[in-house]
Amino acid sequence: MTDRAPTVDPGPAPGASPAGEEFIAPGHSLESVTDKISHLVLTRRTPRGWWIGFAISFLLAMLLVPSVGVLLAKGTGVWGLNVPVGWAFAIINFVWWIGIGHAGTLISAILLLLRQEWRTSINRFAEAMTLFAVTCAGLYPLLHMGRPWLFYWLLPYPNTMGTWPQFRSPLVWDVFAVTTYATVSALFWYVGLIPDFATLRDRAKSLPFKRVYGILALGWRGAARHWDRYETAYLLLAGLATPLVVSVHTVVSFDFAAGIVPGWHATIFPPYFVAGAIFAGFAMVLTLAIPLRQFYDLGDFITRRHLENMGKVLLATGLIVAYGYAMEFFFGWYSGSEYEHSMLSNRLSGPYRNYFFALMVCNVLAPQLLWIKRCRTHMGWLFLVAMFVNVGMWLERFVIVVVSLSRDFLPSSWDLYEPTKWDWGLYVGTIGLFLTLIFLFIRFLPVISIFEMRTLAPQSSEGNGDEADEAADREGGAS
Amino acid sequence: MTQIFHPSFNTISKVTIFGAVFFLGGGLWLTAEVNRSGYVTNEGVVREQPVHFSHKHHVQGLGIDCRYCHTSVEVSSSAGMPSTKTCMTCHSLVWTNAELLELVRDSYRTDDSIEWTRVHDLPDYAYFDHSIHVKKGVGCTTCHGQVDGMPLMWQENSLQMEWCLECHREPELFVRPREHVFDMDWQPAEEQAALGARLVEEYDIQSLTNCSTCHR
Repeated sequence: MTDRAPTVDPGPAPGASPAGEEFIAPGHSLESVTDKISHLVLTRRTPRGWWIGFAISFLLAMLLVPSVGVLLAKGTGVWGLNVPVGWAFAIINFVWWIGIGHAGTLISAILLLLRQEWRTSINRFAEAMTLFAVTCAGLYPLLHMGRPWLFYWLLPYPNTMGTWPQFRSPLVWDVFAVTTYATVSALFWYVGLIPDFATLRDRAKSLPFKRVYGILALGWRGAARHWDRYETAYLLLAGLATPLVVSVHTVVSFDFAAGIVPGWHATIFPPYFVAGAIFAGFAMVLTLAIPLRQFYDLGDFITRRHLENMGKVLLATGLIVAYGYAMEFFFGWYSGSEYEHSMLSNRLSGPYRNYFFALMVCNVLAPQLLWIKRCRTHMGWLFLVAMFVNVGMWLERFVIVVVSLSRDFLPSSWDLYEPTKWDWGLYVGTIGLFLTLIFLFIRFLPVISIFEMRTLAPQSSEGNGDEADEAADREGGAS
Repeated sequence: MTQIFHPSFNTISKVTIFGAVFFLGGGLWLTAEVNRSGYVTNEGVVREQPVHFSHKHHVQGLGIDCRYCHTSVEVSSSAGMPSTKTCMTCHSLVWTNAELLELVRDSYRTDDSIEWTRVHDLPDYAYFDHSIHVKKGVGCTTCHGQVDGMPLMWQENSLQMEWCLECHREPELFVRPREHVFDMDWQPAEEQAALGARLVEEYDIQSLTNCSTCHR
């Protein structure tokens, strides 16, 4: 029963658009798609490469044990932050991770509503990436509190202190933005997985796996009524998630923009941060997609056309971000404020100038390679540019946070920031945690949405048989 | 295909998913209740003391003023615990051989303090000063309750921050004329709202709710 495709939303038959053929390699039937993707999960043999990658990631994640342990035992003094740089790695990494998550939401929600078929083969792992990135991001503000077990003080509830959180503070908005984001992302991901859980339940060989996938599938039988409700729920969730793509990073940017520190207090921050988030997110999607495609031989589903599209998004958002940098300088200069002027000259020639120039290379120069079609479609080049952007977006937050704070209004309190080994330990640890979760995801869940890929199968096997024609008749957009 | 779940699983899953809402809601409610109960705050809990001192007997029965023992309450942050010598001003003359007071006499002889169990213990991160409260017309009974009716001492209020803030936010509902601060039975002769408003004006009582008023 689960082989039935979604039925609502009749649009132009996908087989009719010749361009669509490039989103799935020719020769695939409904069954071959299901076989190929579910085999990655249901195979008994775990590839050696998976074990190696998982072991390395897990070791890195274990860095969290000493990093968090020492932090909790001794307090945030083990980090390099202090007055005047009171916000350093804790917020740089938070913003970096949160930003990375944005591509997942954009791909799953906005591209769904815009009926961009090509999202189908990348949305599942992009959503997983979102969820894991938000997990890593959430660790930072929690740990920066020093006493994370009191995190619930951030929430408005009738507490015994008789107080409410300071609703005028963007940091409180952050709590709402990020928790909403995490909840909606998790729901979206899970709801999207339900039909695939049912497929895995039906195909799993051993009873324990059948049971686990069966519970997760929530009794999905693929009935028409199930599909109908599923489509409604998924669209509603997409509608809920869409504003989050814009709102979450807008609120994050308010953490800075609402402060009066030179280099933070700029009206361009919200759009500039949102573009940066999508930029960073697509870079991370590419970073994950390219190796995944190579090692698991998923070139049929994640085609060059997909990668090229993502390259285009990367280039476009990169240009917006570059515009943001230019405007920061323009506004700084145009303000006529001596503090803004001094901030700008400090960026260009201060103690952290190398970070700034590295940022320009990574975020402004490197993406220009994507103007060239050969680079956009070449795995190596794309991966290289994506890595540059990953680093560049981290540097961007470093420059915004540290350069501005280290030299604020009072020269007597100027001081430089130097991360300690515990700062690095926590950062590398969260990267390890992220990769560990990704590896587990690849092993236990379908990395590509099986039932959504099946909707593309007719265009792959067009005219091959009755089955495909029948499916094409029933099927609409790539929802 | 064999069934992987027993038919009863349908009911079980519905009940667990639906029940989780109530389970979580109930858990939160219970936590909030326990946090405000005497188990956590010691409110209304009679504390065991080395000597069974009765405020009821000394205050209600004998009519001793609070300040006879708690001497620094008008001038210091701490109300002050009486030294053994204060006890002995009377007990060197009355009940000199009472077994109940053996520990007091022992303390007097050896010069070692009696180790009372502290009943009202504010956390160290909260700054509190008795003298200013007394000067602004906060009666003893407003916070400590009818101590003259307590055979053994207990904490009348929760001492939680929300309780402090009740008065700090609306002092006019609680203040009384200075001369009646130590009265055990004082009741407002007129409407408290009218009296309170007048006293707030007269004593220049501010509603101090800034964090650093108490957390310095």
